Amino acid sequence: MLALQFLRDGRGQTVTIMVGVAVGVAVVVFVSALIQGLQSNIVQRTLGTQAHIRVLPPDEVNRRQAVAEGALQLVREDKRAQRRRSINNWQQVVATLDTLPSVRAVSPVIAGPAFAGRGAALESVALTGIDLRRYQQIIPLPDYVIDGSARLEPGEAMIGSELATTLGLRVGDKLRLDTGRDNPAVVNVVAVFELGVRELDARNVYLGLKQAQALLGLPGGVTQLDLVVDDIFAANTIARRIARLTGLEAESWMEKNAQLMNALSAQSLSTNMIIVFVSLSVAFGIASVLSVSVVQRTREIGILRAMGAGRQQVLHVFLIQGALYGLVGALVGIAGAYVLVWVFNTFGPGLFFIPVAHTLVVFALVLATVVGVLAAAVPSRRAAMLDPVVAIRYV
Amino acid sequence: MSEAQEAVLRLVGLRKSYNVGLPNETEVLHGLDLVIERDDFAALIGPSGSGKSTLLNLIGLLDQPSAGELYLLGQPTSTMDDAGRTRLRGESIGFVFQFHHLVQAFGALDNVLMPLMLRHGRPSVAAIDRARGLLAAMGLEKYAQTRPNQLSGGQQQRVAIARALVTQPSLLLADEPTGNLDTRTAADVFELLRRFGREVGCAVLLVTHDPRLSAACDRTIDLVDGRIVSDTRVPIGPSVSG
Repeated sequence: MLALQFLRDGRGQTVTIMVGVAVGVAVVVFVSALIQGLQSNIVQRTLGTQAHIRVLPPDEVNRRQAVAEGALQLVREDKRAQRRRSINNWQQVVATLDTLPSVRAVSPVIAGPAFAGRGAALESVALTGIDLRRYQQIIPLPDYVIDGSARLEPGEAMIGSELATTLGLRVGDKLRLDTGRDNPAVVNVVAVFELGVRELDARNVYLGLKQAQALLGLPGGVTQLDLVVDDIFAANTIARRIARLTGLEAESWMEKNAQLMNALSAQSLSTNMIIVFVSLSVAFGIASVLSVSVVQRTREIGILRAMGAGRQQVLHVFLIQGALYGLVGALVGIAGAYVLVWVFNTFGPGLFFIPVAHTLVVFALVLATVVGVLAAAVPSRRAAMLDPVVAIRYV
Repeated sequence: MSEAQEAVLRLVGLRKSYNVGLPNETEVLHGLDLVIERDDFAALIGPSGSGKSTLLNLIGLLDQPSAGELYLLGQPTSTMDDAGRTRLRGESIGFVFQFHHLVQAFGALDNVLMPLMLRHGRPSVAAIDRARGLLAAMGLEKYAQTRPNQLSGGQQQRVAIARALVTQPSLLLADEPTGNLDTRTAADVFELLRRFGREVGCAVLLVTHDPRLSAACDRTIDLVDGRIVSDTRVPIGPSVSG
């Protein structure tokens, strides 16, 4: 009440510092939203073409004969070549993973190398056998199809746009696939897709599960299980749990994209630095305005004390002022940030969309208010400790 | 002992020194003994530097004596902490300063209500009525929402008096209340102090340089060099407006 009146009285100062706070908060909110938008965009793009977790059979290792007690054994070991093998009992593993609450979808996949040929042209490709119905929950292939329709009956294949260009293929054309097992197959191209990643568009050939199993010589087998989870940043934890649960190897997208994760955390760090330094400068701004205000109001503080105001009350008046500077400044700043975000989304480069999270808004409000109170602490204490005798005589 | 309980204020051997412990330590008040009764209307006079303001600060519990005891409404105050003195001050003492010392951010009515708001928060309807009544009695009912800097000096001082009286204090301390007013306005303000001192039933202690004002008081306490040199009572004060 008293604090409000003081704010209204010192209107010029109040407006100045609130603009300062507002600018600071707007920067914090906008930059945070920008980085959040950018990061979720990058992550989405990365995960748009890969599974969150990939479950693989464990590597084969040489078994050694147990050594007799006291005997010394000299070992020279050649690592075993990892032949393509199926995940044992994969149907049951899929059924188990399907029941995990944190896993959104599981898709069995068989993958292996092959040559794709048309006429004299030959390209090496990554053959991927999938159950399309399950697999499109991992990667929404139909969304990426630019020609033809997404389906995988026996004798049909979906190929990437780069490969289609190289081999001069169009929907309806025939493609020869050879896995080096003397069982080449000729399949119809039913769809051309474009994932937006050159490497994948040049090498991925999708077949039905059964046909791929036959081509790769693993009838009934799958070489990997692709998973998507609800919380992408919990992928590591979930992968470790799956590994313990199934005895298989589970690799999360975070491990596969360690570089990306590094970049993301470096970005987050710089955002946090911006927040810290903006908060600091806002805090100093509020503190200096309040220090001046305390000096200006020395006599009034003296009168209030003479009229029965306790030290606590004087303290509160200035703490509340600090909090209000922070809170109201933050409200204005958040409004400003919304305008900035809107401008960016509407007129910006259009590379990605920036959402403003509610948690970010609440965070900014709380942060600014707390900073306001902390900044007010020193001047408020000085006001509270003023000797009323001196304060009243102060001119 | 009954006199001590009756008295609004009782000073016993009150001393005040500044710069205690330093080479330039000076004692300003040299052991004062004084009793102010409930119906006193007293003037505290004395030359500059005699310690009037120091004494007023001590009595107003704004400052603490170096030695001696100050009983306010029979309560010893030297052992009280700051919060206790603040409470006692708010409850039983009203201040009127030479420069009105109104809070510029508030209108006249809110200034009058200030002491109540400081203690109870939002003022009650009864409190607002009392404050309005006081303003009306000061002839200021029209200016309830006016900011102090838009009032004349005399009006400001009257707001200050209303503010000092709104808590119905037992003791009203006035430090040169008419010091920067012209003679006529000064006489008005003096009369108001006198009238309300009687009506509210509080003792008034008035610091003044103006011999005409002190002559109009019931009692004159003369302070010279930190000692009370005379303390005279006049049965009925003559009017000052003559």
